[in-house]
Amino acid sequence: MSLLEVRNLTISFGGLRAVDDFNIEIKKGQLYGLIGPNGAGKTTVFNLLTGVYKPNEGIIKLEDKDITGLKTIDINKAGIARTFQNIRLFKELTVLDNVKVGLHNHYHYSTIEGILRLPKYYKVEKEMDERAMELLKVFELDGEAEYLASNLPYGKQRKLEIARALATDPKLLLLDEPAAGMNPNETGELMDTIRFVRDKFDMTILLIEHDMKLVSGICEELTVLNFGRILAQGQTGTVLNDPQVITAYLGE
Amino acid sequence: MSFISYLINGISLGSVYAIIALGYTMVYGIAKMLNFAHGDVIMVGSFAVFTIVSTLGLPPILGILVAVVVCTILGMAIERVAYKPLRNAASPLAVLITAIGVSYLLQNVALLIFGANTKSFTSVVTISPLKLADGQLMISGETIVTIIAGIVIMICLTLFVNKSKAGQAMLAVSEDKGAAQLMGINVNGTIALTFAIGSALAAIAGVLLCSAYPSLTPYTGAMPGIKAFVAAVFGGIGSIPGAMIGGILLGIIEILGKAYISSQMADAIVFAVLIIVLLVKPTGILGKNIQEKV
Amino acid sequence: MKKLRMTKTAKNNFVTYFIVLIAYIVVQMLLKTGHMSSLMEGLLVPLCIYVMLAISLNLTVGILGELSLGHAGFMCVGAFSGAFFSKCMDGAMPNGIRFLVALLIGAAVAGIFGILIGIPVLRLKGDYLAIVTLAFGEIIKNLVNVLYIGKDNNGFHFSMKDSISLHLGEEGQVIVNGAQGITGTPHDAGFTVGILLIFLSLFIILNLINSRDGRAIMSIRDNRIAAESTGINITKYKLMAFSISAAIAGVAGVLYAHNLSTLTALPKNFGYNMSIMILVFVVLGGIGNIRGSIISAVILTLLPELLRGLSDYRMLIYAIVLIAMMLFNWSPKAIEWKDKIKEKYFSKVSFRKEKEVK
Repeated sequence: MSLLEVRNLTISFGGLRAVDDFNIEIKKGQLYGLIGPNGAGKTTVFNLLTGVYKPNEGIIKLEDKDITGLKTIDINKAGIARTFQNIRLFKELTVLDNVKVGLHNHYHYSTIEGILRLPKYYKVEKEMDERAMELLKVFELDGEAEYLASNLPYGKQRKLEIARALATDPKLLLLDEPAAGMNPNETGELMDTIRFVRDKFDMTILLIEHDMKLVSGICEELTVLNFGRILAQGQTGTVLNDPQVITAYLGE
Repeated sequence: MSFISYLINGISLGSVYAIIALGYTMVYGIAKMLNFAHGDVIMVGSFAVFTIVSTLGLPPILGILVAVVVCTILGMAIERVAYKPLRNAASPLAVLITAIGVSYLLQNVALLIFGANTKSFTSVVTISPLKLADGQLMISGETIVTIIAGIVIMICLTLFVNKSKAGQAMLAVSEDKGAAQLMGINVNGTIALTFAIGSALAAIAGVLLCSAYPSLTPYTGAMPGIKAFVAAVFGGIGSIPGAMIGGILLGIIEILGKAYISSQMADAIVFAVLIIVLLVKPTGILGKNIQEKV
Repeated sequence: MKKLRMTKTAKNNFVTYFIVLIAYIVVQMLLKTGHMSSLMEGLLVPLCIYVMLAISLNLTVGILGELSLGHAGFMCVGAFSGAFFSKCMDGAMPNGIRFLVALLIGAAVAGIFGILIGIPVLRLKGDYLAIVTLAFGEIIKNLVNVLYIGKDNNGFHFSMKDSISLHLGEEGQVIVNGAQGITGTPHDAGFTVGILLIFLSLFIILNLINSRDGRAIMSIRDNRIAAESTGINITKYKLMAFSISAAIAGVAGVLYAHNLSTLTALPKNFGYNMSIMILVFVVLGGIGNIRGSIISAVILTLLPELLRGLSDYRMLIYAIVLIAMMLFNWSPKAIEWKDKIKEKYFSKVSFRKEKEVK
């Protein structure tokens, strides 16, 4: 059984078909890449998968459960988490709190218990702190736990966004251009981090990227989008050597 | 007959609101701020005319001219001193609160100079009322002048914004300040011009308002200012045709509400209509539905 | 690490409580030694009311991040429902209990209004939300002014026209008399009660902020789209913040109502002017800064009184001070200038580690 199965996904804006008959199958534990020129519809696919847009046609199944047309929050609860092209952190919250927001649906106490500071508040907050710090340690952000998220350098902000997404305990992690704005060193580090996340968290990862070093370095399979349609799909090596793909891209 | 009479009065009041709303919406669209002091600039304009005409006994034309000049300079000065420094402040609420401060300032200066007593405003309109339908329908001169002034202003403004270079610059700045600057548009000058035009319009609105409703106090501008703000949002904030439509509709609703339902509840009715419209169309009648890019 | 952090925010909040406590003690000392002018004494309860209004509005504006211009409407709803109850029950139960119940009723009614209004309103964007909250505030004020409620042996009577339409029986009594409002609400609440209510409000707000729900609310403020993607129920938390904010404003209203002989809904106490004045307190004290709201509410309320010596010019000076403070605190150039001064005279480089939520 595949973790994510998408069939015939289509959406139009006005008269324009932004995504046309998109199909994909991702198996559990895969590192999958979604590439294509700018404007090809990659982020739109992400938006469709996470419920930001409702598709005009098609079906999305997560672990055989139909999640087509569900609201973003329900899709997150079903097990898809994402990061964004333009980093979306909670700027006025600390690094730790950003992750704790990610833990929101997994640790509960009622509003009254919180306001009255009943014992459950302290117990659960302690658990959340510990879990959040665990996650931060994975990304070497534990030293900056008390920093305002907006004060982190860019590379660390990216990592924080991934940590927060992981805190929601997803089955599928969508990363939208995680290497954007990074130098080769940082990209290398990111590649290790992504591999590590997949291994340690038993995660399935679908990522959008332009950085071919990263794509060829860690992605096992690829789908290439062009003008909203699939241009090529399959093993990374094969796809990257496909003459049509090379033409569409005209270099990196 | 009385319905038509109310309707015409509503259009007239609405024209005043529209003229004020135009100032609000232009400043909002281009300078990206809600100028809470706008209503009080109207009051300043009215007092200028009052001083020239009633106190000094000079001809109304001069009064109107002085009002326009005074308000234009005042508007530009306020922008330069109080708003420009906050253009890039951390929160848009900063300039909003400062505008409130300016509003208090204008009201209290007027209070000091003119006192709290209600002044009787002499109408600048000398046209005699129009009698139609065998005298059953009487349209006052003020009403006629107001509606005509409203139409003229709307046409002129639309032409200005769409045809003139300065107007195009305004559109550019309202779309993207940064890009406009990179294209060589004088953003500071454009914003100053926006305030100038808005304030000049406020002066005219003040003259028309007080000609039709002749009582004048330092607080006369406040409620029409709020209502015009409502009208601008109603029509879609940032949209010039929206401000016009919003203003006129608001005036009609207010007058009809006063006439047919209750004069005490007239304001509440106006606000209730606004709420209903926004619930149906959350960005106002002609407002743009800007989707946030994910 | 965790223990240190809890204590840090808790420490910060403690300072806030401490400041309120000190203020109370100082005022009591001044009162007991006769050092307080009757003018100042008359301001004590209004100060408590404004403080509660400011901190509750800051919950909506600073923590949730939505601009509300109708806060006075919630105060109005709380005031009238609390006063109505007190007038009806006057003598039917011990005064202390009656007042307590009135507070609860005021809070509950205001909170419910918060939810009812919040459901349609919180969907709207920024400026549209602001104008609709202003509209609701004005509507509430207007409606209350045409409300007539009377009581007689047959129960309650209700009219929107005038008191005659109530058709009250012989023993009947008009409780809410349209534009004349409610007369004769028992005077229950003094400064001590006001301070206690401030403590209660602070307790609720500060504890809410520093909790799971508080983080959810702030995440919506900071990035709604990310919050949604992280599984936060936007509507639920927007309504929560908005209604708690409204409920506390309602409590302030009850306090207000029980300090007057006649409660009427005028533009100056329940209109947009009041809502705007509270917003000024909030922005000047720091958006999101609860302690700042307390301080600015006090200073800005006292300022016109302190300037009384300048009689005619005082509101003018108030306006100028307001503009000057805004420019000084918020204009980027002024901030730059201040940072330079800080660097020059305070050589320690401050790496802003944590902006404590005050």
